[in-house]
Amino acid sequence: MRDKISSSPVLSVVSKILFAPIIIFGLYVQFHGDYGPGGGFQAGVIVAAAFILYSMIFGLSKGETLVPIMINRYLMCIGVLLYAGVGIVSIFLDGMYLDYNVLSSDPSTGQHIGIILVELGVGITVATVMIALYHSFASFGEINE
Amino acid sequence: MNFLLINFFLISLLLVTTFFIFKTTSLISVVALTGAFTLLCSAIYVNLDAVDVAFTEAAVGSGISTILMVMAAAKLPEGKKNKLINLFPSIILAVAISLILIIIIANLPLLGDPSAPIHLHVVPEYLKESKDFFHIPNVVTNILASYRGFDTLGETIVIFTAGLGVIALLTSNTLNRKTNFKKNKKNER
Repeated sequence: MRDKISSSPVLSVVSKILFAPIIIFGLYVQFHGDYGPGGGFQAGVIVAAAFILYSMIFGLSKGETLVPIMINRYLMCIGVLLYAGVGIVSIFLDGMYLDYNVLSSDPSTGQHIGIILVELGVGITVATVMIALYHSFASFGEINE
Repeated sequence: MNFLLINFFLISLLLVTTFFIFKTTSLISVVALTGAFTLLCSAIYVNLDAVDVAFTEAAVGSGISTILMVMAAAKLPEGKKNKLINLFPSIILAVAISLILIIIIANLPLLGDPSAPIHLHVVPEYLKESKDFFHIPNVVTNILASYRGFDTLGETIVIFTAGLGVIALLTSNTLNRKTNFKKNKKNER
C-alpha cells in the first residue's frame, strides 16, 4: 500500500508544495497566539502534521532522515525543560515559580517574554511527541523477520 | 436567528454522522466519520465564539488523531467481524444515561447568561485587568500561559508522558530488534 502511495506523482508533488506553507502557518500560529487564536498546542500539532505528511508520502525511512529519532526524543525533553526552566529562572530572579514579572525590568515586558518562551516549550514538546507517536505507530511490527 | 439555524444544521449533521458511525462495519470508514464528527464539533465551537477551542479540536481531534487511528487501523488484522451481541443491556444503559443528561440540561444556565456561575468568579477580573497589564489582546493566552501557567505545565508534562509511554510500549521493541540485528550481522562478519 505504501509503495502505491509513494509512486503517485500527484501526492508527492502536492506534499512537496504544501510542506513549507504548513510549517510557516505553524510558526504563525505559534507566535501570533498572543494576538489571535492559537498557541503552542495548536502550532505544535500543525508543524507535526507537515512532518507526518512527509513521512506518509515518502516513506518512514526518509522521514527518519529528516527528523532523526534520537534528536526528536531529545527535543521532547527540551520542550518540557524549557517550560520548567522559565519557572526556575524566575525563582533565581527573586520571583515565585513561573512568575514572569521578574524576567524583565518592566513587568509587562517580562510577561511577554515569559509567555513566548513557555508557548515555545509547549510547541516543541507537542510537535515532537506527535511525530514520535506517528513513528511508533507506523514502525510497529515492521521488523518482524 | 442565524445562530440558531446554523446550530440546528450542525447538530442535525452530527446526528447523521453518529448514525453512520453506528451503522458502518468498515474500520477505516468509522475512523473517517469520527474525523468528520470532530470537525463538526469544531464548527459548533466556532459558532459559540470559542475560536481557540475550535482550533484545537480541528487540529488535534480531526487532524492528528484521525491519522493515528488510521495508522492503528492499518496494523489490525483484516476481515474480523464482530459477532452479534445482545444489544438489550447497552440500549437500557444508553437510555438511562441520556435521561440523566436531559435532566441535567434542564438545570443548566442558559447560553450566554451573564449571571451564570462561571461568569461570576474570576473571569470578570481576568477580562478587566489582563489587557492593561499584559498588553496581549488574547485573554485565552494570558489565562493559559500566565494565570494558569502551572496547569499548562502539567498539561505539557502529561503530553510528554503519553509520548514516553507510547515510545516505551511500541518503539523500544523494534529498536532492540534493529540493534540485535546489527549485532548479529557484525558477529557474522
